Amino acid sequence: MSPETLAPLHARMVLIRTFEESVLALFAQGELFGTTHTCLGQEAVAVGVLSQVTRDDVVFSNHRCHGHYLALFDDPAGLMAELMGRTTGLCGGVGGSQHLHRENFYTNGVQGGIVPCAAGMALAEKFKKTGRIAVVFLGDGTLGEGVVYETLNLASLWQLPLLFVVEANGFAQSTPTALQLAGSITQRAAAFGLRTAEGDGNDLAAVATLAADAVAYVRRETKPFWLVLNTYRLGPHSKGDDHRPAEELLRAHERDPLARLCARVTAPAIAAAKTDARARIAAAIAAARVAPFPTAAA
Amino acid sequence: MERCAPVLNRSLHALFAERADVILLGEDLLDPYGGAFKVSAGLSTKFPDRVLTTPISEAAIVGVAGGLALRGLRPIVEIMFGDFTTLAADQIINHLAKFRGIYHGQVSCPVVIRTPMGARRGYGPTHSQSLEKIFLGIPGLTVVAPSRHHELGELLRRAVVDSTDPVLFIENKAMYAQPHEPPVAGRVAEFSTRTTADRFPTLTFSLNDFAPPDLTIATYGGMTPLALQAALELAMEHELFAEIIVPSQLSPLPTAELLTSLSASRRLLVAEEGTLTAGWGAEVVARLMDTADFPFASARVAAANSIIPTSRPLEDAMLPQPADLIAAAIKLTSSPRR
Ligand SMILES: Cc1ncc(C[n+]2csc(CCOP(=O)(O)OP(=O)(O)O)c2C)c(N)n1
Repeated sequence: MSPETLAPLHARMVLIRTFEESVLALFAQGELFGTTHTCLGQEAVAVGVLSQVTRDDVVFSNHRCHGHYLALFDDPAGLMAELMGRTTGLCGGVGGSQHLHRENFYTNGVQGGIVPCAAGMALAEKFKKTGRIAVVFLGDGTLGEGVVYETLNLASLWQLPLLFVVEANGFAQSTPTALQLAGSITQRAAAFGLRTAEGDGNDLAAVATLAADAVAYVRRETKPFWLVLNTYRLGPHSKGDDHRPAEELLRAHERDPLARLCARVTAPAIAAAKTDARARIAAAIAAARVAPFPTAAA
Repeated sequence: MERCAPVLNRSLHALFAERADVILLGEDLLDPYGGAFKVSAGLSTKFPDRVLTTPISEAAIVGVAGGLALRGLRPIVEIMFGDFTTLAADQIINHLAKFRGIYHGQVSCPVVIRTPMGARRGYGPTHSQSLEKIFLGIPGLTVVAPSRHHELGELLRRAVVDSTDPVLFIENKAMYAQPHEPPVAGRVAEFSTRTTADRFPTLTFSLNDFAPPDLTIATYGGMTPLALQAALELAMEHELFAEIIVPSQLSPLPTAELLTSLSASRRLLVAEEGTLTAGWGAEVVARLMDTADFPFASARVAAANSIIPTSRPLEDAMLPQPADLIAAAIKLTSSPRR
């Protein structure tokens, strides 16, 4: 990946990291509602994959969706206002952290259920002959849901232009993968006749390359693809619920996808990206704080 | 008189001919089989690109329909037996019915889920239930269950083309084989009828030209012929005149016709084929209690709290019959009007 390509992607990852850290801080201060799922440590997946699709393609994301949204739209203000329940949020504050929609981007927080919906979107684009593809994000924990396999079967049977992206981050909430998943993640999809690939989800360049190939295949062949990206959730599952041993987290930080880019991005560029991200997110928070709350319809 | 299943089938054919964005998904839809109850017959031959026969994957096909609808198409899903809507409940409740609301009105999700419910055909415990009550009161979901006296084809058409939200369209299984008999010039056999102007109309039946009734019977779908039969017997044998109110939309519940009738009769009998607890009838009674500014007495007739046996005599004993309605009506009218 050339330095010119890398710089904006790195900056976007910094934006996502800073956004998610601010979200946790705002929760601690009691400024947010309900719950949230940050993607700390998984920024390379969001940015690497979504840098390879166009704004016309359809993306369906899950509960851990902030990074996906920011990777596509670069809009911390709209997302922050949504999380803070304001009218200026991208769904008027109604959807909150897990229920986002803008243009061709959708999210929902019920594990597995979005997968057939995304298949239906891929089918719609195929039916309309638009040449668009659909991308759906799912966690390794969501592989416990039966509807995922119903959809794998349909996607293969009907040759849907659908890219499945499995973010294997090692956990389903508090449960480590070893306690909830048997067999191989890639072979599951291969058994349905899907082409698959697996790679290091913390290596931005590797993710971008794998995603580029996968997207090209789905678009060219009008067939589904199953992309497994191994990563690690550095933050808590939602807010403060983290019981992982400190040594494990320390080791994980050595694989931090942002830290791994340090050698490839200049120190001034890193500093600039951080300053810019902090300023934009501070402005987003300040704007949301003074934006009105929605009022209930009569 | 044409039977109800072919009427629905003709409506589907007309919809497919009228609009290129209508797509049908379901199990065993292809001709010559044409769907388990033949309501989809002929469509796959005439519109092969728009009829998708599916694996046995109720959740996925309803989800796929949701995705199709969010991207601008008008999908119809056929669930082979209503009993299996349980497998798609997450899609219906947490996905399709939610999308417009959670995305702040920026999308619509017009999916029609057609499915046969109901017993009296000996299909036994897992293929005969009336489970529509599970889906009542889900914001964003409209539940429609026409009787054989509603304009079936038109109702189905409206569900498909005039909706921004998903519609669960319940087709009573016994009704499929019964004659389709919508009112002609305000009459059905011995009954005078009134039809509301709603998208999914409510029918009112009267044997005495809408003179104030002795009681009001609320019912829907496959119970309708049984309620009309009970009303005839009540009039002829017991000189009790019932007004029968038959909404085609179960949820959200339209109450105007019920309130009008009840304000005169002050006695409400609700009849449904499903089991009693937390049924449609419970909602009808409670809703009228909330809104009526007059007192009234009420009773409910429903299926016994058991599985639906396959053997005919046991099935008959378990299900509400006209005799049950008659007994309940006599009891209800035996005390003075409130
Ligand atoms: C159907 C369903 N069951 C349970 C939950 C609660 N829940 C939210 S996130 C989550 C873990 C999901 O794990 P995974 O798919 O690996 O994604 P990750 O959180 O690791 O990104 C659970 C159990 C849910 N949202 N939906």
